[in-house]
Amino acid sequence: MSLWNQLSKDKWAVASMSVIGVILLAGVLAPWIAPNDPYAVQMRLRFASPSWEYWLGNDHLGRCILSRIIYGIRHSILWVLAALAASVLIGALIGFAAGYFRGRTDAVLMRICDVMLSFPGYVMMLAIVGILGPGLENILLAFIVMKWAWFARVIRTSVMQYAEMDYVRFAKAVGIRHRTILIRHMLPAALPDIAVIASGSICSMILQVSGLSFLSLGIQAPYAEWGMMLNEARAVMFSRPELMLAPGLAIVISVMAFNFLADSIQVALDPKLRTKSARRRTKEAENKAYEYVRG
Amino acid sequence: MLKAEGVDKSYRVGGMFAGSKRQVLHDVSFECARGECLGIIGESGSGKSTLGRLLLGIEKPDRGTVTLKGRNVMDRRTRAGALSAVFQNYRSSLNPYFTVEQAIMEPMKAARLARDGMEEKIGELLQLVGLPAGYRSKYPHELSGGEAQRVCIARAISTEPGCILLDEAVSSLDVSVQAQVLELLRSLKERGRTSYIFITHDVQAAAYLCDRIMIFRDGRIEETLETSKLGSVRSAYARKLLASSITI
Ligand SMILES: Nc1ncnc2c1ncn2[C@@H]1O[C@H](COP(=O)(O)OP(=O)(O)OP(=O)(O)O)[C@@H](O)[C@H]1O
Ligand SMILES: [Mg+2]
Repeated sequence: MSLWNQLSKDKWAVASMSVIGVILLAGVLAPWIAPNDPYAVQMRLRFASPSWEYWLGNDHLGRCILSRIIYGIRHSILWVLAALAASVLIGALIGFAAGYFRGRTDAVLMRICDVMLSFPGYVMMLAIVGILGPGLENILLAFIVMKWAWFARVIRTSVMQYAEMDYVRFAKAVGIRHRTILIRHMLPAALPDIAVIASGSICSMILQVSGLSFLSLGIQAPYAEWGMMLNEARAVMFSRPELMLAPGLAIVISVMAFNFLADSIQVALDPKLRTKSARRRTKEAENKAYEYVRG
Repeated sequence: MLKAEGVDKSYRVGGMFAGSKRQVLHDVSFECARGECLGIIGESGSGKSTLGRLLLGIEKPDRGTVTLKGRNVMDRRTRAGALSAVFQNYRSSLNPYFTVEQAIMEPMKAARLARDGMEEKIGELLQLVGLPAGYRSKYPHELSGGEAQRVCIARAISTEPGCILLDEAVSSLDVSVQAQVLELLRSLKERGRTSYIFITHDVQAAAYLCDRIMIFRDGRIEETLETSKLGSVRSAYARKLLASSITI
């Protein structure tokens, strides 16, 4: 919980967490908060400018852009987070097994990871999408297949360092079962490291999904996705450049929010960076800093 | 009580495939009797800590067995409540997320002791190691080195185990604190229910605490003798070790 305390003191972290919170909530509640049906085609309203009914205007089929952006959160962010969670989970299981039990388990698992990591990621992703056909679920599957090995490696390194601690040795010596040690000692210790790597890779995943959708390899019409909306706007890039604005900004803002959060988590967990940021705060808040630190 | 028979251990040095093996322990056999305090002394790198890890069942010997009351220590159930340890590094011996109370309770839970008596038991233990009862809700970073090591000792004796292994348990403490902790260990030893294996490179600390001393060199037992007969060691190595400690 010290992580939480640290983050709540960092205003960039608070800001990015609020932005992310709003985005996630909007995505979950899309059917209730979207002002219009995102799939309703109204040729009468093609390229209509913003109005009271359609806040961000209408696209080339007269669909409500704002509603499509809101529905797009589900595909651009929520599903990406689910895929991330799945690959982190697989990576964590393997990383914990390898880092904690060492020896032969470690050697075998890490060789498998090395094999997975030796494929060029983008090429493999395109290959998987090529074999399975375009579609968001195939891209996400490709993500999970390609990313778990990297998570496993990073988590293993972190777990290994904590498995050497004397309190873990003591727990083993007094006959506590491995499962309990992993849950009570290893998980809380490794969780911050997992948070750092997971938050760090969200951004690239969001961008990749949007990128692949932009190339029409991702989600298929009529569903809304930010990358695909950009692609649709591309056709009228010169006559109506403002259509690129909404999906483009949506991507930039959410990636930035996750990026800032990732940085803040890292700062909050690294004692060396923390003192630096504490110093920065001291300057800003002068004598209030004392209360902050005592918190 | 705790008995090692023909224990060998080697570690791989260098790479996974290319590396050669280096034997750290060679055919180590000894027994620590019930209620006895056995000191293991030797130079740095002689394999004392490695032997300690094997005795605690944390690592598996390549050959030979370690048994506690006739049962193999590699079996988790043999160790639960019957074997315990205090390590050198008091900072990494306590989980930073655990309070003193949680840390002391950990081995008691593993030994499946009755839960109702635990609260009072923790109070008694803290008193026994000379800490105020209010310390039970403190976190490790709020303790001094000596206090942390006392908590480790309280944790080690909480299940009244048959045998406790102390690996350099006082070495990283301040000299005055060292004396206090040694005194504490000695008073605990007087209670006589537990065997102690005291691993150290400090001959004087071993002589103060132990009934019998085992001199260890390059992974082999060089000589074992009663503490009272420490003056009459036979091997040249042991004599050198003693002489060097006395001059310092
Ligand atoms: N896990 C390991 N892998 C490889 N080599 C090891 C391992 N553990 C110990 N060794 C080697 O075994 C030898 C004995 O180490 P050990 O820690 O048992 O010595 P020690 O007697 O406890 O020394 P000290 O008094 O400095 O604590 C050392 O040469 C060390 O390099
Ligand atoms: Mg040692």
